[in-house]
Formats: sequence, C-alpha cells, structure tokens
Amino acid sequence: MNNTVKFKADFPLLGKPMGNNPLVYLDNGATTQKPLEVIKAITEYYDSFNANPHRGAYELSIKATDIYENARIKTQKFINAKYSHEIIFTKNATESLNLVAYSYGLSHVGAGDEVLIAISEHHSNLVPWQYVCQMKGATLKYIYLEEDHNLSQRDIEEKITEKTKVVAVAQVSNVLGLINPVKEIVARAHEEGAVVVVDGSQSVPHMAVDVQDMDADFFVFSGHKMLSPMGIGVLYGKEKLLNDMPPFLMGGDMIDYVEEQHTDYAPLPAKFEAGTQNVGGAAGLSAAIDYLNRVGFEYIEKQEKELTEYAISRMKEMDYIELYGCDSSRDNKTGIVTFNVKDVHPHDVSTIMDAHGVAIRAGHHCAQPLMIYLKQNATCRASFYFYNSKEDVDKFIEALSKVRGVLGLGA
Amino acid sequence: MELDSIYTELISEHSRSTEHKHHLECPNMSLKGRNPSCGDEITLELQVEDGYIKDASFVGIGCAISQASTSIMIDLIKGESVAKARHLANLFLRMIKREELTEDEEEELDEAFALKNISNMPARVKCAVLSWHTLEEAFKEAEGIQ
Ligand SMILES: Cc1ncc(COP(=O)(O)O)c(C=O)c1O
Repeated sequence: MNNTVKFKADFPLLGKPMGNNPLVYLDNGATTQKPLEVIKAITEYYDSFNANPHRGAYELSIKATDIYENARIKTQKFINAKYSHEIIFTKNATESLNLVAYSYGLSHVGAGDEVLIAISEHHSNLVPWQYVCQMKGATLKYIYLEEDHNLSQRDIEEKITEKTKVVAVAQVSNVLGLINPVKEIVARAHEEGAVVVVDGSQSVPHMAVDVQDMDADFFVFSGHKMLSPMGIGVLYGKEKLLNDMPPFLMGGDMIDYVEEQHTDYAPLPAKFEAGTQNVGGAAGLSAAIDYLNRVGFEYIEKQEKELTEYAISRMKEMDYIELYGCDSSRDNKTGIVTFNVKDVHPHDVSTIMDAHGVAIRAGHHCAQPLMIYLKQNATCRASFYFYNSKEDVDKFIEALSKVRGVLGLGA
Repeated sequence: MELDSIYTELISEHSRSTEHKHHLECPNMSLKGRNPSCGDEITLELQVEDGYIKDASFVGIGCAISQASTSIMIDLIKGESVAKARHLANLFLRMIKREELTEDEEEELDEAFALKNISNMPARVKCAVLSWHTLEEAFKEAEGIQ
C-alpha cells in the first residue's frame, strides 16, 4: 500500500463521496480533516474523563487536569518552547493574536510609534493591529512584495526603525504560500528593540518549527489546521513578556486571591486562561501532535512539495490560468496554490469544481488588502496536505480544465 | 448537483452579455451592492421619471450568477413602473427563498425564473439576489429622501 492510501484510510471523511464523486479535499489551508485517532481522543475524553480541570480534588478532575497539562507539554516540545508555561491555550490563532494585540499592544504601543505588518497578512493579524494603532495614535506600516511575491527585502531593512514597537508577520502567507524569512525579521527587529509576533497558522501544520531558534517573541497557531478539532489554539510567548503583560480575559481560574477591591493574578499560564477551558480540544490537539510526529515533517514536506510542483507545472500548461506566488526564486514554496481562471469569477470556478467532487477555496481568503494590492477582486486557492495524492492533483486539473467550457467560453 | 441546471445556456449568455453593463448618461438613482464574502460588487444605475424606469444599467465585478441575474433583472424592469419593478423583486426574492409561487407569478418573472435552481445552492444564493436586493434598497432609499 502506498503512503497516501495508508494515510487516507486514517481519515473517515476522506473516504466519503461528495454527491456522485469521491471527495478530493484541497482546502487544507482553511482547515484539515481529522484522523480517527484524534476523533477517538476527543470522544474518549468525554466518555471517560470529563470533569472541570484544576477545580476538583477528586480523581476525575485530576485526570482531566493531567490530560490538559500533558497537551501543554506536548505542544511545548512540538514547537520547542523553553517552558511549558509559555504555552497558552486559546480558541484559535485569531484569539491568540487578539490577546497579544490587546494585552501587549495596547500597553506598549504609544502615540507616534509604529507597528509593521506584511501586506499579505490574514485579517486576524491585521485588524487587531489597525485597532491598536487607531486607539494609540500609532502608525500601521506595511512590508510590500517583490516581483516574485516574496516580502520586500528593502522594506524589511528600511521599515523597521527605532519607532517600530511591534512587527507582526505570518511565517507562511495563506494566499501566497511562501515561507517568509522570519528569523531574519526577528533579528532585525530586535536590533531596534521591537517585538515580533509570528503567525504560524500556515507553517506549524506543514514544517518543523523551533520558536527558540527563530527567537520569536510571540508565536500563534490554530489546532484545526493541523488535524485537531476546531476551538483549540495556541499562543506561545516568551516568559518575561507574558509575565509583564496585563491579563486579557478576566474571571475564574486566572486568579490567586480576590478581595473586594483587589486581585492577585495567577502565574503563567493560568493568568491568560480565564474560565473553563477546552480540555476535549486539548486532548485532540495532543493526539494530533502524536500523529504528525509519527508521519514526520520530513515526509510531510517532501510529499507537499511534490504535489505542489506537479500541480503548478500542470497549471502552467493551461494558458488561461494565472498563478500568484508560484514563481518564487527562493525555493520557499509550500502547498498553497492561488490562481485565477481567465474570465471566470473564482466562485464559479469553485462551484464547477465542487460538482466534480473537488473542494477548493474561492474568495478573498481573509486578506482583502493583499487582494487589492494584487489587483484581484478574489482568487481561487488549492491547498495540499500530506494525505493528498498525485491522483487528487490529476482530478483537480481535470475539473479545472472543464471550467471555461461550462460557462460557454473557449478552452 | 447538476451543473447544467445552474449554468444553463441562458445564464451563461447573460453572464457574458455587456448590453446593460455600462454607465448611464444621466442616472438619477445609483446604488452600490456588495457581497463582501465573495467579492461581488455591482453599482446599479437607474433613470426614473414619473414613476417609470426610463433606463437602467450596471457596472461592477462578480461571478456568472450575479452578473446574469443583474442582466436579466435589467431586461425585465427597463420601461416598467417602479411599482412593477418592486413587485418583481419581491417575487424573485420569494422564489429564491423557496416560497411557493403561482404559475402566473412564475410567468411574470420570465427569464429570471431560470435562476430558480440557485435556491438549492446555499453558497450561491447571495450572488443571485445581489442585484434584486440592491434594487429594493435603491427604492427604499429614494422613499426615505422624498
Ligand atoms: C495565516 C493565517 N492566520 C490566521 C488565521 C486564522 O485562523 P483561525 O480562523 O483559526 O483563528 C488563518 C486561517 O484562517 C490563517 O491562514
């Protein structure tokens, strides 16, 4: 049995038909499918161990606490954080970014300061910084793109100045699919005393990440884009920064002592985890990390690279396809292929592909400023994961070749 | 889902048609309609005199369904009274909401009736109703001003 057949068999949904066709799932950038092992871990938590962690001195509550805290340790090792209390569980990458913007941003960015982000950021790493800048009278600046859609080297060098307080960039853009030079950006920002927030939503699922090596100050990602359930996300922050930050959400579990007029906050990580947390989600995340470690990032990267190169080469044979972020000169392409079909709106492309069982994304991909920059109203996106096969790409190409015909346009 | 029940010849033809896709020389009503999630964006222009739509056109970008629906709508309302246009918009929106229409009502919708199958595609309903909603909004706004 070849590898992808073997992996696909682990994912119940990948074996289900879409209408009359087998499902070809190519929207992994939006969310990935879940292996049975992860689904079972969540079910097992609810049918055998459910209790409110940290709140009861009885066995079940202790077990639930263990599951939750073990997930934290597993996550720490997964991204190589120094301490497990530097891992804060959130709902998703968006909440993690909001936590940083509200807690760190609003207390460290002032009038006349600057926040620097890339034009290719997802709205989740853009709108919160716009808000911080508006509230504080600071300026939001952008790193624009080179011809080949990589981040402008010149902007990285020139736009980080002593005025810059925060640099927030994705390690991989969810539209362009190019790996950004985050380590270099961090080094440059640290020279000027700025902190760097790295959005790892599209990198962590696909490549080995080491937050200490990268030296990121904050690093965020969502579980659901890496085989885990929806509703569990991660914020990594350097201990010292997290300790000095005010809490974001307040209430139960994030306190040590509460008096009528005063509260002592709990130490990390509890300080940033107010209220009952998503323990079932953490159990799923933990199982997902085990699964990914077993597959191994070496394999994941190799498989995705092969699929992507194959897809791009087939698409380049179709002269009515326009590609974005697919001509990087730096060997830094990941499994995200963004494109348009000449004279066809992305939503029609996606509807027609859907009729062939091929699920892709169409729209602005939560990156409207990038769409405006690329002068596109919207785009289509196919995004691969290690369980996709060459046959999936063939079916995708076959469906794509039918699009213009359905609308009565020439091939 | 059967593609040819959605992208019928009539709909693809209308989606490519440029007959109504231009600015009017002297519109006295103009309203923008947007579907932020898809990126459909149209501006509807009307020249209304004495309660009649003397002329109508649109500009903008969108998918085949939103473009076809707009083109068909303009065909239907041009030369009609405002009251009739509003009545047609009401019928169209009811059809897309899968409410039962009488045979006469279906006939009134004429070519717009070809968009009925979109009501089975929740992801595309917004595209089909964009121009009709914009038309309704334009009249509502005008009412408010008077
Ligand atoms: C680069 C990037 N950042 C942030 C997000 C937001 O993720 P979530 O919606 O899980 O918070 C996404 C995914 O949609 C993404 O691709």
